[in-house]
Amino acid sequence: MSDLLIGIAISLLKTLGLLFAVILPMVSYTVYAERRVSAMIQDRVGPNRVGPLGLLQPIADALKLLLKEDFTPAHVNKFYYWLAPACAMAPSIMALAVVPFGSTWFGQPMVVANVDVGVLWVFAVSSLGVYGIVLAGWSSNSKYSFLGGIRSSSQMISYELSLGLSVIPIFLICGTLNLPAIVKYQIENGWLISPIWLKGVSFTGINFPELIGSFSIWKFLLWIPLFLSFIVFMVSMFAETNRLPFDLPEAEQELVGGYHTEYSSMKFALFFLGEYAAMIAGSAVIVTLFFGAWHVPFLPTAPEQLPFWLGLLLGLVHITAFFLKVAILLFFFIWVRWTLPRFRFDQLMRLGWYFFFEIALVNILLVAVILAIMPK
Amino acid sequence: MAYTIPRPKLTLAEKAYLPALIAGLGITIRHFFAILSGKKKVTMQYPDEKWDTHLPPHYRGAPTLVKDDYGRERCVACQLCEFICPPRAITIKPGEIPEKDRWRKVEKFPEEFEIDMIRCIYCGLCEEVCPEQAIFLRKDYAITGLTRAEMVHDKKRLYELGGMMTGLVNKWNEKK
Repeated sequence: MSDLLIGIAISLLKTLGLLFAVILPMVSYTVYAERRVSAMIQDRVGPNRVGPLGLLQPIADALKLLLKEDFTPAHVNKFYYWLAPACAMAPSIMALAVVPFGSTWFGQPMVVANVDVGVLWVFAVSSLGVYGIVLAGWSSNSKYSFLGGIRSSSQMISYELSLGLSVIPIFLICGTLNLPAIVKYQIENGWLISPIWLKGVSFTGINFPELIGSFSIWKFLLWIPLFLSFIVFMVSMFAETNRLPFDLPEAEQELVGGYHTEYSSMKFALFFLGEYAAMIAGSAVIVTLFFGAWHVPFLPTAPEQLPFWLGLLLGLVHITAFFLKVAILLFFFIWVRWTLPRFRFDQLMRLGWYFFFEIALVNILLVAVILAIMPK
Repeated sequence: MAYTIPRPKLTLAEKAYLPALIAGLGITIRHFFAILSGKKKVTMQYPDEKWDTHLPPHYRGAPTLVKDDYGRERCVACQLCEFICPPRAITIKPGEIPEKDRWRKVEKFPEEFEIDMIRCIYCGLCEEVCPEQAIFLRKDYAITGLTRAEMVHDKKRLYELGGMMTGLVNKWNEKK
């Protein structure tokens, strides 16, 4: 009984710690980064007045949004209108539950829920995010919002397919859906995104037989479909999180903000933060699947085998490494947003149905064939 | 008549979209790093960094009254500026110079001289029309106030802003 209670307490601690100490600050500072990076790309300065370098800007923004009048238009369907913002924010945070964001710390594995369905959970939950948008678009009872909602649902259907299919090669290779197990596979066999792996090289010395053994022609052969997977997965993730060049549900220029046109104050902020939380969740999944999650090359991977304080430090390094990788991907998201124009809707559909769907299918076949003829 | 626009023939690289995408990313990241490293600077941090040193010599800022090298008030209250001012921002109340004053021959001086800076359009006609070189447009451009009354510059304020100006024609001085 007491074991169960302790287990619940630890799980709760991990959840709250991840959510309030990492994810929510990260969300608000991604908004800040978005504004600063976009400013620099466009030769501007960006918010630099509140606090040093404008670093307190997110807090000022949050205060502003909380204190604004929370206006509910008379012509909306109240129940769904109130439900939608919560539906937009929650799924992306829930998706993070299965992502291993660190090795172990204080002897505890740094993953909130180590479940075997892993990636399936991520897909199942993150595609729920579309309900927030569709409900908002429909309940707002406004043409712009409605168009945004429709676009979002059709976009989600088109890209969910290639999103799911593009990662099947990874499961074929790793033989598991469990995210910590996929990370373990990557630690032993190299990050899935890289064709070479300097196995046996660590800061203590070089183990030559292992190093030579880690090179193989099969690895390069497998790298080709894996890289394709990565591209398809990444692009589908852009579509899934409604980021430019696929932000048709929002489309400020044509739809006046799309599904959140009728929202104000903190309800609008929830949509806004939900989009960024979805970006973070998406980046976290990409990092976990392709970039070895919390793994830092050449560093030991098991803090529990080290002396206590050193183990704590290493655990912290691993957590930091994970979120650093996520931050780099987030920068890429922002960078792409301020580079590419928006796709036309037929172009978006064509890309999803004619190209990515087929590429993902062929990719699965390719990996299956390579794995079949590859010597064990 | 129907008019067909010829579609451009795209090469394979252009159709693939990816090279253009990467080139675009290259352009944006170059701008990003140029601004980040401070090599390129576009924005002036306005309240911290003022326009003052960048203003051209003929800049038309706030109109002011000036005194000459002898500290003498140059305005003779002829009211030409009051009459020419297109938005009628200037109000002058002329007064007489007392009998025993050294500058008695000038006859008039402005008892009150007010420029309503809410009305002023910075056209510079007052400076142009002044026969005494008494009114000049200086470089102050950020004229602010919390009340309308504050925005009316009286004589004291106008001399404060104008200060002393040297190298003017001194036609009222005694002949040697």
